[in-house]
Amino acid sequence: MSGHPKETVEAKLGLLDYKKAPETHIHIKDASPAAPCVERCQDKPCVKICPAKVYEWEEAQKKVLVAYENCIECGACRMLCPFDNIDCDWPAGGFGVKYRYG
Amino acid sequence: MERPIVEQRAVLATEDSFVSVACRSRKFLEGVPNAFTILRTPFDRWYAKKAEEAGAELYAGVTVRGVVKDGERIVGVKTSEGDELSASVVLACDGVNSMLAQKAGLRPELKPSEVALGAKEVLELPAEKIEDRFALEKGEGAVMELLGSTSLGMLGYAFLYTNKDSLALGVGCKLSDYQKKGLRPSEHLEALKKHPAVRKLIEGSKTVEYSSHLIPEGGLHSMPPLARDGFLVAGDAAQMVNAAFREGSNLAMTAGRLAGETVAEAKAKNDFSRAALSTYEEKLRACYLMPDLEEVQDLEAAIEAVPDFLEFYPRLACDLARLRFTVDGQPKREHMKAAWAMLRERGLLRMARELWPLRKAL
Repeated sequence: MSGHPKETVEAKLGLLDYKKAPETHIHIKDASPAAPCVERCQDKPCVKICPAKVYEWEEAQKKVLVAYENCIECGACRMLCPFDNIDCDWPAGGFGVKYRYG
Repeated sequence: MERPIVEQRAVLATEDSFVSVACRSRKFLEGVPNAFTILRTPFDRWYAKKAEEAGAELYAGVTVRGVVKDGERIVGVKTSEGDELSASVVLACDGVNSMLAQKAGLRPELKPSEVALGAKEVLELPAEKIEDRFALEKGEGAVMELLGSTSLGMLGYAFLYTNKDSLALGVGCKLSDYQKKGLRPSEHLEALKKHPAVRKLIEGSKTVEYSSHLIPEGGLHSMPPLARDGFLVAGDAAQMVNAAFREGSNLAMTAGRLAGETVAEAKAKNDFSRAALSTYEEKLRACYLMPDLEEVQDLEAAIEAVPDFLEFYPRLACDLARLRFTVDGQPKREHMKAAWAMLRERGLLRMARELWPLRKAL
């Protein structure tokens, strides 16, 4: 939790227990240079809204980076993507976020 | 179980004022208490244990990846480990995202307008402080919902619940509204913490957990077909949430029980076809569940048809109430005139029209 004012998403995520899966459970279906993320998606709701800041737009590489290990498994991204370009299933059994309170 | 609820409070809020309506009654606690606060992790463990005691077998730590089909019939599930489990009936209770209902072809992906996105924090606070701040007897609990400026122009509400030695503070608004506004729910939650109706109640507490969850709020309009051959859906997976009365857990538990009874009857007849399983829907209609969802099915659309609904009416309530309690040397008659002027400005007929759909939520 060090280095973050306590109201940031990073600090909030720092409170959580995760068991990081070896593989991502989130896939950008089309991550090619012709992907809708590059030109057509202006708002990038996945980047703006995801409550765990899983998605980040990397301007240099012109692609969405996915920090799947931050995911708190709400599922909103699938519906948020205006181009239906996010495939977010559950992490494999036993992996992912573990809520102590829930 | 955290606390049995003795008081339920609704707060109508503007940025700097609020009017609250609270109902506190010892009657809520008589016999089996009317409602409890719970924390899902310990509650789910307890509830699963109850199921095990009743004879269920529990496989934890396994993710179900899809359904196994034999023609049109669902005959089991596939796990993330690659195993296949066979079943006479698969009952999908996998929550709002219900990948199972989707993979079984019962419904398409949900739309952002059919779900609310909620963000919540668990705030640690000693039990005595909670009881002092909410004026509670030892061990008893209170819940409050906030409507108005706290939803920042979006459709939704905020809540503050008392647990044993923590508070649950959260926001929930339509996902499409967050999308339009470009607001992250964590920021919304931070704004809520500063509201005068909340700030002093949570002061000095320590955030111990942050979480986010979708809530299916499409109601009956978004409910998928509930049965197919060898398959049933219950709970959030079937959109069984009554947002107007913020009920969901009770609906899910009722539906789970009725689905279980349906499967037991099907097993007795050795018929797991859709037709045999359709008695599930009849059972849901015969209890409170479907009738309640029918009552409130058009409420959200009616509120959304008045774009400033959650801004205007809480402000009106605050303005009228403040006028009622203001001592300023003016004759009360002048206050009354000012109050009527406020109401006439909106138009009495218009207000009657706008508020009429709310009768379903009373």
